[in-house]
Amino acid sequence: MAQTHSNAEHHGHGHEHPDQEEMRTFAFWIYLMTDVILFATLFATYIVLQGNTDGGPGPKDIFQMNGIYASTFILLTSSFTSGLALLAMHKGNRLALMNWLWVTIFLGASFLFLEVNEFMHMVHEGATISTSAFLTAFYTLVGTHGLHVALGLGWMIILIIQIAKHGITPVTKRKVNIVSLFWHFLDIVWIFVFTIVYLLGVK
Amino acid sequence: MWDKVKEFASEFFVTGDPLIYGADVSIALTLIAIVSVLTYYKKWGWLWREWLTTVDHKRIGIMYILASVLMLFRGGVDALLMRAQLAMPELQFLPAEHYNQIFTTHGVIMILFMAMPLMFGLFNVIVPLQLGARDVAFPFLNSLSFWLFFSGAMLFNLSFVIGGSPDAGWLAYPPYSDKTFNPGYGQDFYIWGIQISGIGSLMTGINFIVTILKMRTPGMTLMKMPMFSWSVLSSCIAIVFAFPILTVTLALLFIDRYLGGHIFTLDGGGNPMMYINLIWMWGHPEVYILVLPAFGIFSEIAATFSKKKLFGYKSMVFAMMIISVVSFLTWAHHFFTMGSGADVNAFFALSTMVIAIPTGVKVFNWLFTMFRGKVTFETPMLWMIGIIPNFVIGGMTGVLLSVAPADFQYHNSYFLIAHFHQVIIAGVVFGFFAGLYYWWPKLFGFKLNERLGRLAFWLWNIGFYLCFMPQYALGLMGMTRRVYTYGWDKGWFEMNLVSTIGAVLMGAAFIVQVWDIAHSLKKMDREGTQDPWNARTLEWSIPSPAPFYNFATLPQVTHQDDWWEKKQRGWSAPAVELEPIHMPKNSGIPIIMSMFWFFSGFGLVFDWLWLTVPGFVGVLACMIVHSFNYKPDYYVPVEEVQRVEAAARRGSK
Repeated sequence: MAQTHSNAEHHGHGHEHPDQEEMRTFAFWIYLMTDVILFATLFATYIVLQGNTDGGPGPKDIFQMNGIYASTFILLTSSFTSGLALLAMHKGNRLALMNWLWVTIFLGASFLFLEVNEFMHMVHEGATISTSAFLTAFYTLVGTHGLHVALGLGWMIILIIQIAKHGITPVTKRKVNIVSLFWHFLDIVWIFVFTIVYLLGVK
Repeated sequence: MWDKVKEFASEFFVTGDPLIYGADVSIALTLIAIVSVLTYYKKWGWLWREWLTTVDHKRIGIMYILASVLMLFRGGVDALLMRAQLAMPELQFLPAEHYNQIFTTHGVIMILFMAMPLMFGLFNVIVPLQLGARDVAFPFLNSLSFWLFFSGAMLFNLSFVIGGSPDAGWLAYPPYSDKTFNPGYGQDFYIWGIQISGIGSLMTGINFIVTILKMRTPGMTLMKMPMFSWSVLSSCIAIVFAFPILTVTLALLFIDRYLGGHIFTLDGGGNPMMYINLIWMWGHPEVYILVLPAFGIFSEIAATFSKKKLFGYKSMVFAMMIISVVSFLTWAHHFFTMGSGADVNAFFALSTMVIAIPTGVKVFNWLFTMFRGKVTFETPMLWMIGIIPNFVIGGMTGVLLSVAPADFQYHNSYFLIAHFHQVIIAGVVFGFFAGLYYWWPKLFGFKLNERLGRLAFWLWNIGFYLCFMPQYALGLMGMTRRVYTYGWDKGWFEMNLVSTIGAVLMGAAFIVQVWDIAHSLKKMDREGTQDPWNARTLEWSIPSPAPFYNFATLPQVTHQDDWWEKKQRGWSAPAVELEPIHMPKNSGIPIIMSMFWFFSGFGLVFDWLWLTVPGFVGVLACMIVHSFNYKPDYYVPVEEVQRVEAAARRGSK
């Protein structure tokens, strides 16, 4: 924590210029709204096209729900552990913060592994992205969520390095806060994917 | 080997058209000229330090405006080529394929690479100054937005000489834009050019919302904020909600083309109408995104040149906010003929009529602002007054188009062409021109020539009416959009000829404007540029051009039109002790990262993974490098502030 941080150092000047870290958090909330629109558009596309299987496999033929239940449980748990990381940060416990972030990364990576496995299994069964409109919409929606998860994992690893280097400072605090916002957001999106794509799909 | 190279080159470069060979030569000569001038005068370092890596909102704004003028030139040449082809029946000037490419690039360039950057340029230059802020909320992000826009625009323009231009219209409806019917590279250039610049637009939207909500100077409550800043806020809210839809729509189209998906295809269960819905869910708000800031500019100009407070400030704010919401509820009026049924069409017809009400409120507000004011007619005010009849006609024809049953007659006719050009040229572009003439002294610290300004105004307006009034009639006579020629027997010749003459006049007006800038640049009339119009808002309280930190001390605001009130009270700046000023450092990452985006986009167009993958790796690497930078800012010492202030006051008084 002893290093100099040009942002953190000058907090005494708060009345002079607005608080940078607070503005960044606010901007991240707006970004999350744009991501909501992005996923809403993909969901709308999926809902419109889900019946258009063009004689190919439909949801009931290809979804293997046991794997989906497992990955849902894993992702929800990772949201919980990212919350624990935040608690550790507010207590000022740097080691616990980093460890909980590693646990979150491990769970997120397991989720991704299961998803890639599911996709590979489906492709193996002949249900590829170019088979039908339903499958194109499916892979795009679920894949976009997966891509977000992958980016979140890389982001957390970079953050852990920065925490190791700089400690818990106003800057790293803000960064951990927004990455955990991102992670909870992906969890919420997954709940919609789980319900609309999988549960209603096999109903 | 040699044969392979030749085969590759004939596919890679656009060949066979003398117009394009001419363009190739002129592009090469311009590039050589720029490079040699920069090298001869040893200006590379200066260019890099002062402009390419700058995070100063004023310089970024000027680069936006410069880029947009270049794009106006290209889009304008496209327009003149089309008008030349249509001047007489059965002309053989442009073949059909070439005509299709030209109307496509004309539309895309004018909306996305001319109007958008001109708007962002004005946002950048003016909003922080109006708010009494020292920069935007996120200067690094701002620079990145600009360079992403620039990369996207260059990628799109490259299709002219490499790979071939897109030809599926400015919104690229499938199934024609699908791989089956459009296997060339043009459509992929379209997707990635817009996609990359669209990411930049989205970030600008977020940046300005935060700037406006969080960076206003002490005392400036939202209801004391200048109207242009309000209009920027409403426009940015629409950007933030609309642009993600564009991103997804283009991504889906790309998945169809690149991975063989079936979202919008005719086979495989795809649904092309889905695309048309999605693209207009972005496209309709987009036109309001463009016109709302123009409304803000009119409000500033009407108040300044009438020497009166803006009439109905609150109703203006409400009108803008209502427009930015209702603009999301009208998209289906672009395709009443799709067959959604009477109920759906009735809903969208009504919502379209409803949106005319807040727009009408604004027009009355401007008229009442001028009513009994001490109106003077400098160039910005001329534009403002010229726009009122123009925009009213455009709005009225819009209401005509919104009547769903009647629209079956107007749909895709020249009546529609005339309508949207009337609201976009005579509303948006003329509005931004008004803003440019108004804020020019603040931007550059010298004045433009009034006489040349008037000449350009009259040429533009006369040219505009000559060009587009006949097109309303042509539409009613049955001429449909996108026809590349017509027969003598149609009876359309005279009106088309008049229309072409109007287009030429607008071209001449553009040349007068460029001449005006060159002439004024040479004369450098700096006299009284700090507040030349005796204006009302904060940007006129500081020297022109503004020092890089804008305000030496942050102003304390107590009124709407605070600068005007201060002048009325005979206020003089109290001697406050200067403090060191907190400023962001320049950064080379935005331009480098945008180059990587350009390479990935180019690689995706040609399906070259060896270029795409390193491109994306570069983008990620840039992000990581930036994330590890914990010292993005510095303090300007008091002595330097004093030195700059003294020099600036000497320069512009």
